[in-house]
Amino acid sequence: MSEQIRLKKGLDLPVKGAALRKISMTVVPDVVALKPTDFRSLTPRMLVKEGDVVKTGTPLFADKKNPEILFTSPVSGTVDAIVRGEKRKLLEVRIKSDNKGAAVKFDVPTGPSLDRESVVKVLLESGLWPCIKQRPYGIIADPSVTPKAIFISAMATAPLAADLEYVLQSEIDALQAGVKVLGKLTKGGVHISLDAHNYTSGSFHKLEGVICHFFSGPHPAGNVGVQINHISPISKGETVWTVDLFLVAAIGKLFLNGVYDTSRVIAVAGPAVVNPSYVKCCAGVAMEQISDLFNFANGNIRIVSGDLLSGKAVGRDGFLGFYDNLVTALPEGDYHELFGWAKPFRLKKFSFSRSYYSWLMPRKKYNMDTNTNGGERAFVLSDVYGKVLPMDIYPVYLFKAILARDIEKMENLGIYEIIEEDVALCEFVCPSKIEIQSIVSQGIELMIKEMS
Amino acid sequence: MSKLRKLTDKIKPTFSKGGKLSFLHSTFEAFESFLFVPDRVTSKGVHVRDSMDIKRVMTVVMIALVPSLLFGIYNIGYQHSLAANADMGFWAMVWYGFLKILPLYLVSYIVGLGIEFITAQIKGHEVSEGYLVTGLIIPLIIPVTTPLWMLALAVAFAVIIGKEIFGGTGMNIWNPALLARAFLFFAYPSHMSGDQVWVAGVDGFSGATPLAQTSEGLSSLHYSVSDMFFGFIPGSVGETSTLAILLGAVVLIYTGIGSWKIMFSTVAGALVMGLIANLAAPSPDCALAIPAWYHLIMGGFAFGAVFMATDPVTSAQTESGKWIYGFLIGVLAVIIRLFNPGYPEGMMLAILLMNTFAPLIDHIVVGRNIKRRLKRAKTV
Repeated sequence: MSEQIRLKKGLDLPVKGAALRKISMTVVPDVVALKPTDFRSLTPRMLVKEGDVVKTGTPLFADKKNPEILFTSPVSGTVDAIVRGEKRKLLEVRIKSDNKGAAVKFDVPTGPSLDRESVVKVLLESGLWPCIKQRPYGIIADPSVTPKAIFISAMATAPLAADLEYVLQSEIDALQAGVKVLGKLTKGGVHISLDAHNYTSGSFHKLEGVICHFFSGPHPAGNVGVQINHISPISKGETVWTVDLFLVAAIGKLFLNGVYDTSRVIAVAGPAVVNPSYVKCCAGVAMEQISDLFNFANGNIRIVSGDLLSGKAVGRDGFLGFYDNLVTALPEGDYHELFGWAKPFRLKKFSFSRSYYSWLMPRKKYNMDTNTNGGERAFVLSDVYGKVLPMDIYPVYLFKAILARDIEKMENLGIYEIIEEDVALCEFVCPSKIEIQSIVSQGIELMIKEMS
Repeated sequence: MSKLRKLTDKIKPTFSKGGKLSFLHSTFEAFESFLFVPDRVTSKGVHVRDSMDIKRVMTVVMIALVPSLLFGIYNIGYQHSLAANADMGFWAMVWYGFLKILPLYLVSYIVGLGIEFITAQIKGHEVSEGYLVTGLIIPLIIPVTTPLWMLALAVAFAVIIGKEIFGGTGMNIWNPALLARAFLFFAYPSHMSGDQVWVAGVDGFSGATPLAQTSEGLSSLHYSVSDMFFGFIPGSVGETSTLAILLGAVVLIYTGIGSWKIMFSTVAGALVMGLIANLAAPSPDCALAIPAWYHLIMGGFAFGAVFMATDPVTSAQTESGKWIYGFLIGVLAVIIRLFNPGYPEGMMLAILLMNTFAPLIDHIVVGRNIKRRLKRAKTV
């Protein structure tokens, strides 16, 4: 076992409704969607029109800038609707599943013919290439680039995150195949980060052909960006790639079976979930199909594809995001609380700070809602942000550099090393209620524009 | 839902866009959010938010100030009874002090919050809570005899020049409360220093502060250490009792809202400089020979170190910068006290000076971080 990297800074959000290790539902897909908005700075070019018959793996749209990057249908059926928003921005491509399971068969390389070129070709054709993201910026990787290394986090610390050992328990062969394939794409090796405390009880450390790292600590220790910062930090001009572990399994299954297998086990969790548990479904599943699990009885709720910190609110008529294996539901906080800020106790409220008492009850779980708990102000407290960011970065200075659109400072202060999810906790604890992830998004978009 | 909520909802449209009184929307918003935590929900980014907000932060600071305020009220009466040779009971002293300080608070809050509300209205912002703390501090750091019109001018100066022209709370360079005091000190020095200003209600009574006495040499000091620590001495209203200030420090450190690093390093700086002065003292009865730790319990040092130096907006923002910033405040405060015969209190100027240099300290600290990160790139 290589050295353990202990992270101290951070926060495990004590929110109610963690998913129990059981499958409570198996969804037979009806209408599923692929959303171009899941991919940062993607301009899609449509390849199908409404009414077209598609198989699993049929390209639906492509990246306009890099047309070989394809996005393919997660099910077989017909194109039900192409949903556009303002300025005709493409929001969703909805497919009505016929559940016949017709799939495009891909010609996967095996044995000696498994080289970088063939791997890239199959990944692009199958629509699995977008599983690979690049750092800096967290955008879809550029197939023409050879990255310094590939990083995978096998440690989920985000609030209510799906237990990776559980959801991937029957996919070890696929994971092994996946990391083998990914190993062809880089010379720097495939780095996988494990939870130092309980990796021995799982099976990820038995994967071969990978370099293991061991982390411990509260969220965001499981974020791949934080791990990269401690393993081999990204400097200007360098590129590394990252893949979510459950998408590595999807890549593995493609190379084992020759088809795009979009099934995934997702966690459905949160304070507004009746029966927090796991659901067997496919990519792009409709929230409507799992709505039996949500508790609509006690007022408005918010349904989030992803975690509470960085997920997207999709609503009851929304769909699961491409990179998500978690759906969180929580009550909306649209109520007024008399003298709430002045009440000395407020024992049902959680705070990272000691101006409340939640730190005295470390085991208590909270019924969190979406209330902002205060109005937006300028930056006042300066030291809270660093306490939840285990990286050698001065967060407030970076955010201010972004607001000032100062490219050189942004570079120097670490814009290449973070994406939104890494600073999500800074936004959570911010007493000034500043939208820090939006600031970081602006910064990244500015960098992409200026650096291209 | 409560009646109050119903009433608020009923009058809300009048103040909202398009309503008759819509020009008062910031004012309405301030009162509404004072009464109720708003029903606003997260829109992008995180879906849940910590329960702490700036209102809570400011409330904690105000709670931390309460011991100093209460003792200050009592001490106004106590000093008066000593000076007037009146035998007043405890409650009579408290009542006397209360009557003396009440007008100062009325002026401080009416002028200060008035300006805050008007500015928020003009800019269309929400009213910031910052002045609640500033307004509580200002009467604590001036002599109780300060004329009200001077206080009004000082408050206006501090809020407008010290804060609003920079963009409001969070953007200011200098601590607004200290700026008010500095304004008074430089504009009306005769009302802010000397021996005559510290005791209320007895004309011409000379009640020198310990600081003024020690500037003439240690043997001129007529107060015991315990009086100085507990605060039974003349001085600005809230600064005299080190004990009450320490209670406030406990609250600030416990909640993490005041930086213990700044408090600690400020004390360390004062002690180091005090010891150096002791070593350099030509005779055992000159100002330089005051035991270093006396500086901690005399004058405004403790109050400044706990409540003013730690102001999160105007102090150094980086963790290592805080050590340097605090240490230099301590050093400078003692230097000014010992080497400036005209004005024995150095804390105000030391903090304002370091407020000015805090961005420079941070710039250096962040610059080192950038260099370290660049170096790291070359080694990998």
